[in-house]
Amino acid sequence: MNTDEFKIAGKTYQSRLLVGTGKYRDFQETQQAIEESGAEIITVAIRRTNIGQNPNESNLLDFISPTKYTLLPNTAGCYNAEDAIRTLRLARELLDGHNLVKLEVLGDSKTLFPNMPETLLAAKTLVKDGFDVMVYCSDDPIQARQLEDIGCVAVMPLASLIGSGMGILNPWNLSIIIDQLQVPVIVDAGVGTASDAAIAMELGCAGVLMNTAIAQAKNPVLMASAMKKAIQAGREAYLAGRMPKKTYQAEPSSPTTGLISS
Amino acid sequence: MNIIVNGQSLSVQPNTALSTVIDTLNLKNQRFAVEVNGEIVTRSLHNQYVMQENDKVEIVVAVGGG
Repeated sequence: MNTDEFKIAGKTYQSRLLVGTGKYRDFQETQQAIEESGAEIITVAIRRTNIGQNPNESNLLDFISPTKYTLLPNTAGCYNAEDAIRTLRLARELLDGHNLVKLEVLGDSKTLFPNMPETLLAAKTLVKDGFDVMVYCSDDPIQARQLEDIGCVAVMPLASLIGSGMGILNPWNLSIIIDQLQVPVIVDAGVGTASDAAIAMELGCAGVLMNTAIAQAKNPVLMASAMKKAIQAGREAYLAGRMPKKTYQAEPSSPTTGLISS
Repeated sequence: MNIIVNGQSLSVQPNTALSTVIDTLNLKNQRFAVEVNGEIVTRSLHNQYVMQENDKVEIVVAVGGG
């Protein structure tokens, strides 16, 4: 029996990998990569529909079924609390009252760094309004704690800039956040390849949310498979507890006695 | 009279229901959500909401994103 439960807002998940649906070549590739990743929580964006300009355009949800996956609508592109709240209320209507959401309020279009004052403001309103809020944030331990205090169900600091693939740039801050929070801490943004995901999990993150690292790999479906394994390997290494580092002293693995002599 | 749908001007007859506007937009079998003047109009009320001059309608769907 798997006793290593990953629980968000009262629901248990098997996979600690959360994936996005952006930047794929087409919906078929999106579907295959997500299937291969084993992810159960899938982010989507909310946008204006075309109003007859492309009548035969296919719909993402025909490929990523809301009955099969837990959809996590995001507020990407929102630069203030009001727009983010409006977007998520529309998402709740769209998904028949579904409450689990990803809040992100951006502060700068070049870096996509979060605007934390607006993020905190939006989080307060959304939590009061009954949403289960998973929140993208800076890797500042104080802001992270405030988001937990507000009642967010998961705190999701960036590891490096969204879509940058730069990996885990400040493991120390992430460790402080993980140590002091009770809710799941999920790295959201910055992972570039499988080892980055494993490092995040070895630090003790509850999960990793990624999009570009899979979608923009040369072979997204194969990278999705690699990420699935990296998340599992990193989690198991974290639970196993790594050996202590011995900086200046080697220690042989083989017996030092019983050697043949000349 | 004129209304604005997703930023585009649209001419409709007076006393047109929101559901009639939606019916012209090829959204059959899709999941979508509708806001009029910043307020959600839930699905069950689409046929009861009567469009007013200059109403601003937003109709959104889920798209790929991270």
